[in-house]
Amino acid sequence: MNQSAFRLTLPILFGYIPLGMAFGVLFSTQLDYPWWAAPLMGVLIYAGAGQILAVSLLAVGAGMVEVFVAMFVLNARHLFYGLSLLGQFRGAGWRKAYLIFGLTDETYSLLTSRPRGPDRHHEQELDFRITGFNQCYWVIGCATGALLGENVAFDSTGIEFALVALFIVLTIEQYKALKDGFPIWTGAAAAGIAMLLLTPAHQLIGAIVIVTAVLLLHYRRMKDTGATEGAKHG
Amino acid sequence: MADMSYLLSFIAVAAIATFATRVIPFVFFERHTEHPLIKHLGRYLPAAVMALLATVFLTRSGNWNAALPGLDAALPGLLVVAIHLWRRNALLSIAAGTALYMMIQQTGFLSGL
Repeated sequence: MNQSAFRLTLPILFGYIPLGMAFGVLFSTQLDYPWWAAPLMGVLIYAGAGQILAVSLLAVGAGMVEVFVAMFVLNARHLFYGLSLLGQFRGAGWRKAYLIFGLTDETYSLLTSRPRGPDRHHEQELDFRITGFNQCYWVIGCATGALLGENVAFDSTGIEFALVALFIVLTIEQYKALKDGFPIWTGAAAAGIAMLLLTPAHQLIGAIVIVTAVLLLHYRRMKDTGATEGAKHG
Repeated sequence: MADMSYLLSFIAVAAIATFATRVIPFVFFERHTEHPLIKHLGRYLPAAVMALLATVFLTRSGNWNAALPGLDAALPGLLVVAIHLWRRNALLSIAAGTALYMMIQQTGFLSGL
């Protein structure tokens, strides 16, 4: 079973090692903390974009409330992954907690797209190993990158742009999946307003509050006008 | 100097916040997966949050006192968009944009314009 888990997760190996290394290099070149904290974050937090955002939050010494809100909102998409896996994870016993903990974008797409046989217990065991393999790749990437960043001397000025580039890529991917510009413009406009009106420390939370309020109003308006799902916007 | 107690509490809080986003559906929503508000937020929130983060961090990486304000961040940003629309390979897009930004910042060739 380990062999089929390895085969299934091979594409993720090639994605997680370099991305984990990018995080590790960023961590050890931007921050003053010991290198092993990078793989520790891979073990305990285990979220790609989240950990990369964490580097910039650590760099400015963000307060714990801001850390919680920023990490929760950045990872809020996981809420909706779970909703579609409620049935699949039912009855997985002690493995269920780890299956839920390890629900990254890539693991989610693998678990929801791979072919499944009739033996529920066997399939859940395979899901469990897939999740574990993926996290191993991620932690190895984080550790390698952090050691590399600490021991290989090079001018890393500007490397933090990787975070910006990652968010641009994820925005394009969201747009392609949704084929609707409305949430993209809402998010960008909310960010603009927050940056004009608030101090840097409050901009992220401010923009998140604006976005949530706009989406709730949008939902109410759609409900009032009786618009159905799939209605066009923007 | 590195403050280890800050780092460890940071990791704990970040880990709890991240795990919360993953476990909440299994704890609270076993019966509400079909609620239209949840579907609405599931549809639009992730895209809006990504666009918000891209805008905030792209703006912060630019030098707004330069002769051409913000161009040092706008160019690598546009390169990321172009390469991603072209090849749709996340790592390639991120590497290309970051390399261009690092080159601009390290050589400072835009500040001479």
